[in-house]
Amino acid sequence: MVTSSHPQIQPILSSKDANIYYGNFLAVRDVTIDIPKNSITAFIGPSGCGKSTVLRCFNRLNDLIKTFKMRGRMNYHGQDLYSPEIDPVAVRRQIGMVFQKPNPFPKSIYDNIAFGPRLVNYKGDMDELVERSLRGSALWDEVKDKLNESGLALSGGQQQRLCIARAIAMQPDVILMDEPCSALDPISTLKVEDLLQELKEKYTIVIVTHNMQQASRASDYTAFFNVEQTDRGRTGHIVEYDRTEVIFQNPQQQATQSYVSGRFG
Amino acid sequence: MNSTPFPTPEDSSNQGLINRLKRQPSSPRTLFNTVMTVIVFVCAAIAIVPLVAVLWYVLEKGGSRLSLELFTQLPPPPNALGGGFGNAFIGTLMTVGIGSAIAIPCGILAAIFLSEFAAGTRLANWIGFLTNVLSGVPSIVVGVFAYSMVVLTMGGFSAIAGGFALAVLMLPIIVRTATESLALVPQEARQAAVGLGATRFQTVARVVLPAALPPILTGVMLAVARASGETAPLIFTALFNNFWPKGVSEPIATLSVLVYNFATTPYKNQQELAAAGSLILVLMVTIASIGSRLIVKRK
Ligand SMILES: Nc1ncnc2c1ncn2[C@@H]1O[C@H](COP(=O)(O)OP(=O)(O)O)[C@@H](O)[C@H]1O
Ligand SMILES: [Mg+2]
Repeated sequence: MVTSSHPQIQPILSSKDANIYYGNFLAVRDVTIDIPKNSITAFIGPSGCGKSTVLRCFNRLNDLIKTFKMRGRMNYHGQDLYSPEIDPVAVRRQIGMVFQKPNPFPKSIYDNIAFGPRLVNYKGDMDELVERSLRGSALWDEVKDKLNESGLALSGGQQQRLCIARAIAMQPDVILMDEPCSALDPISTLKVEDLLQELKEKYTIVIVTHNMQQASRASDYTAFFNVEQTDRGRTGHIVEYDRTEVIFQNPQQQATQSYVSGRFG
Repeated sequence: MNSTPFPTPEDSSNQGLINRLKRQPSSPRTLFNTVMTVIVFVCAAIAIVPLVAVLWYVLEKGGSRLSLELFTQLPPPPNALGGGFGNAFIGTLMTVGIGSAIAIPCGILAAIFLSEFAAGTRLANWIGFLTNVLSGVPSIVVGVFAYSMVVLTMGGFSAIAGGFALAVLMLPIIVRTATESLALVPQEARQAAVGLGATRFQTVARVVLPAALPPILTGVMLAVARASGETAPLIFTALFNNFWPKGVSEPIATLSVLVYNFATTPYKNQQELAAAGSLILVLMVTIASIGSRLIVKRK
């Protein structure tokens, strides 16, 4: 197994020898990965290999699943995210999440964006923050005249950008995205991909994608996950992690080569 | 010569297929369908008969006495004419109000506990089961229970005791409908809130509850409608009173008990008041039901 850790760039998230279980089932093993700051890291691999599972560990969203267990280390700026003194709610405020299916609240566009800041009693100018977040997700021009309409009345692509704006409004450090484009049409997908390039100026992005072109177009680093049958079920692991062009043009592992050239998966 | 690039089969081979598409009015399948449709319509009509009959009956009997006097005057003595049931109308509002003040917050909070905090646990399953049992307990038994719990301890019949009995009847309806309403809120909405750093309480208060509110209110309206018409539990608890209510710790008249008392007297005036009382009760329940419909529609 090859896992490069890119020491020249300071990692913002890093995981070391993490084994992730659901009950007794070992879902992902030996996760060792460093996510560099202000970059886009893509997780690719066949379904069921644990991409979402690993992603959700980074902001402790898996805590909601009763059977979930993590052994090993997950660090954020060098701090162990799973140490008992860490408040998972505070972690999620720093490390935002955008889900596969756009999930705006059944509230107005404005209230969707203001939701997070209100949770922390944001004292600044809310109108300004809403506008800045919507501009940040390239949605402002499309919705500026209907901020009081329901977020659910937008198209799928707009809803997903609304969810991105909602995450940005919390002014997080990292944004995790779990297949954010899988429910979108190709044009909306391109819009979100363009947006990613702008967002990485300010944020660190980790994105799970099923779409190989998307990973190669939009990301700086790519981790290829695979899944193998073991005595404890189908366990996923990271086969190879490197700069995106290396993964796509000159992968070190045969499995990566086969996957990126479309021979399986 | 084919005008299309597709091979077209011979006409004769299509004929059998096309015949199979034609209507066959005398086939067993069609006949069965017709018979069943008729039966369904007849049953639906039969089901509507009692509803229409009740409405017609109370309108016919009570409609003639409908006037403002009903709400401003006290029930007359047996042989007198005129009068109304203003005290009983207020009494119904008071007992139902007390019942609601207990049952609505308790019921909704219990439902939040069951679906948001203890979902899937043994405790939640037990409470859910007991709630179902409670909703099946006959209302007269609830009345006896309230009698021993409140009337005996407070030392007398009262609006509070009546309200308590109604609360026990309303509670399971509210818990059940509210639990179901909360369960209908998509899991994605909770995830979105938690993903933004909402605490459990914030998630419930700011996302889940607002989303579930319209169906919860429907359940509340149903419970209120049910409680307004209850008689048996009030006979043991609120009893009756011929005068205007002076407080919550005294026996109090209610419309349902007034109907029960007056409908069986031999006096025509009393019987008419009972009929008018029935009409008002039916109207109150109808308004509550329509109200709950409107709430759902507005969503
Ligand atoms: N909540 C859960 N409970 C139990 N097993 C789960 C749960 N979520 C995911 N899994 C299992 O963990 C493995 C990895 O799933 P996932 O992380 O969703 O994969 P991916 O996102 O790569 O498709 C799968 O075998 C899946 O069945
Ligand atoms: Mg996934």
